[in-house]
Amino acid sequence: MTAKGTVVVGMSGGVDSSVAAYLLKEQGYNVIGVTMQIWSPQQEDTEENVGGCCSLSAVGDARRVADKLDIPYYVMNFRDLFESEVIDYFTSEYLQGRTPNPCIACNKKIKFEGFLTKARALGADYVATGHYAQLYFDANRQRYVLKKAKDRAKDQTYALYNFTQEQMAHTLLPLGGYEKSEIRQIAASIGLRVANKPDSQEICFVPDNDYKKFIEERVGAEKFKSGPIYDTEGNRVGTHEGLPNYTVGQRKGLGLALGYPVYVVRLDVENNALIVGRDNEVFQKNLIAKDNNFILFDKLTEEMEVEAKIRYSAPPAPGVIKPLENGEVLVEFKEPQRAITPGQAVVFYQDDYVVGGGTIVKGF
Amino acid sequence: MRRVYLDHSATTPVRPEVVQLVNKYLTETFGNPSSVHAFGREARKGVETAREQIAALIKAKPEEIFFTSGGTEADNMAIVGTAMANQTKGKHIITTQIEHHAVLDTCKSLIKQGFEVTFLPVNPDATIDLELLKSSIRDDTILITMMHVNNEVGTILPIKEVGQIAKEKGIIFHVDAVQSFGKLPIDVNEMNIDLLSASGHKIYALKGTGCLYIRKGTKIAPLFFGGSQERKRRPGTENVPGIVAFGLAAHLAGQEMEAEAERLTKLRDKLIDGILEKIPNVQLNGHRTNRLPGHVNVSIRYIEGESLLLMLDMKGIAASSGSACTSGSLDPSHVLLAMGIPHEIAHGSLRMTLGKGTTEEDVDYVLEVLPEIVEKLRSMSPLYNSMKLENNEECSKCTQKR
Repeated sequence: MTAKGTVVVGMSGGVDSSVAAYLLKEQGYNVIGVTMQIWSPQQEDTEENVGGCCSLSAVGDARRVADKLDIPYYVMNFRDLFESEVIDYFTSEYLQGRTPNPCIACNKKIKFEGFLTKARALGADYVATGHYAQLYFDANRQRYVLKKAKDRAKDQTYALYNFTQEQMAHTLLPLGGYEKSEIRQIAASIGLRVANKPDSQEICFVPDNDYKKFIEERVGAEKFKSGPIYDTEGNRVGTHEGLPNYTVGQRKGLGLALGYPVYVVRLDVENNALIVGRDNEVFQKNLIAKDNNFILFDKLTEEMEVEAKIRYSAPPAPGVIKPLENGEVLVEFKEPQRAITPGQAVVFYQDDYVVGGGTIVKGF
Repeated sequence: MRRVYLDHSATTPVRPEVVQLVNKYLTETFGNPSSVHAFGREARKGVETAREQIAALIKAKPEEIFFTSGGTEADNMAIVGTAMANQTKGKHIITTQIEHHAVLDTCKSLIKQGFEVTFLPVNPDATIDLELLKSSIRDDTILITMMHVNNEVGTILPIKEVGQIAKEKGIIFHVDAVQSFGKLPIDVNEMNIDLLSASGHKIYALKGTGCLYIRKGTKIAPLFFGGSQERKRRPGTENVPGIVAFGLAAHLAGQEMEAEAERLTKLRDKLIDGILEKIPNVQLNGHRTNRLPGHVNVSIRYIEGESLLLMLDMKGIAASSGSACTSGSLDPSHVLLAMGIPHEIAHGSLRMTLGKGTTEEDVDYVLEVLPEIVEKLRSMSPLYNSMKLENNEECSKCTQKR
């Protein structure tokens, strides 16, 4: 044991978490490497899932890195938890006409809940991951804060807004102060074979990124009920192939020729209907968010000027957040936002700090 | 830190006498046993000596021993070889639900080729019901394949009785003896065994060497083709260092069997009794007495075997949560599930297998460390805390109010 304490690093076999483990070891922590096994090996045997973070080859890579760094390494089983908290959530959200973000669910339920609990049970003081975000204790605020990564292009704070103070007190994110290129350099300089491994992009448990096929295989094709497509004036303009096939703002795959570019405006689950319209009809100025979590303070009590980000790839846009009586939050943007999508997260920032975030219920 | 190795059912260290012999066969007696010259003849002599040593341990004839790459290959050869050679007689095979995957998966592969397999259920202590076995036998049953000792829970199966039944019905009887070979007395004639698999690295020899005993006259087809080694039943240049190691280890195991079994049984019972006494909500898996000397498997409720293994490892104690092959996947063991142990209890299973190097101090160390770890893990287990609440009278009243 060292004075800095023991940290369990979630290692995917990729360059980021490998270097995270290395950096923590250099900083004097007692480092233990762990790969979270979250998806069944049978599936991995047949799918060549090179970029994913949970394949069998990931275990092999992570083990090699741990051997190289001379740290103990274990595989922990999270398959049941992952299936119930991430995959079931993922499919059920789509079936209810929403567009889920499984990475956020995984961070919340697996990495910083299940994994942290197991690591603490092992006697570890912290868990660490290779996320690009800065997490530290702010003496002025007397709170742990979450700040955008130095490498803005890689910043992952959007997927981390669910942190509680208790979790943050036991979490280390060592990559937040580095550029990705620096991380690759470090990996190369210490001779890690994974230095040039491509970044993982797709949803780790969905082969070929074909989420429709994935959902169909899990719940059965009969759950994909075809139904009417209406324009925003209520005219029937076509037939859709099951609402899980669509997301707000989508243009491709609608099979409609209405004389103007057509976009998905809304999914009407109650009537199993798809509402389409022109590009300008996909823009909305307000949204309601539920299941909100705040990092800068415990509870939102008065309205606040923020920048809000409505999807991983969207730039933050200025607006005002207001607490509603039922705990939900109203977000009023200064400018209309394109494709506010129920099920996606909205994350609030002030300067570079994460204020908090929630799940989009609806835009209007 | 003290290091205590309690995973002898997974593998064992090579004993010094064997290391010395292997060294000689790696450097001096390195010839190919098929060669005519002196180098070849010396190597051949080593292989044949090993064959005699192994045969002697199970009361077989040397020419009935065929060396393989290990227990898994021997199991494959026994099952697939018998199936292929006897399929005109019938296509039904009987085995149990608690076999090692080397047997289970091999049987399953035959199902795809049109064979039928009966997987016998087991009792809660992993023993089998002989009447059920008898009633499962059909006119077209060609093979009964069963383990002697279950690798995960240590229960000894009634091989002699099964052998008698198989003999009466004229069915080929294969025994997977990987866990018992060199540890329990085996007499292939008295037990009416036609085929028997054994492995070297479980008895302080090298990994990558095993053998299949094939009773003279048993119809069996080879899996491999390509030479006349092992009388064409298992072609390929012999793994001479592995084979001589296996032979010597078998010989020594035979000499020491009785005394070592007595010593390990005492240590095993001390460990079992200590665990049951010091830790609440623990159950022993497998038969209490009719089990392999040195084999302990317990289920510790309200915790996961996985976390337990990791924490034991951090304290220098090497154990496992099932067989080595399945612990990578961390699925609940098929053996425990077949014994009727519920999922959540099967998850908290811990296997500790003692061996030559195990001392009483090792057992004492485990009995000191394990209860502390269990206590710690349980204190963080939501399952355990809710159980405690349920058992607490005062709190059950609160629950009723709600």
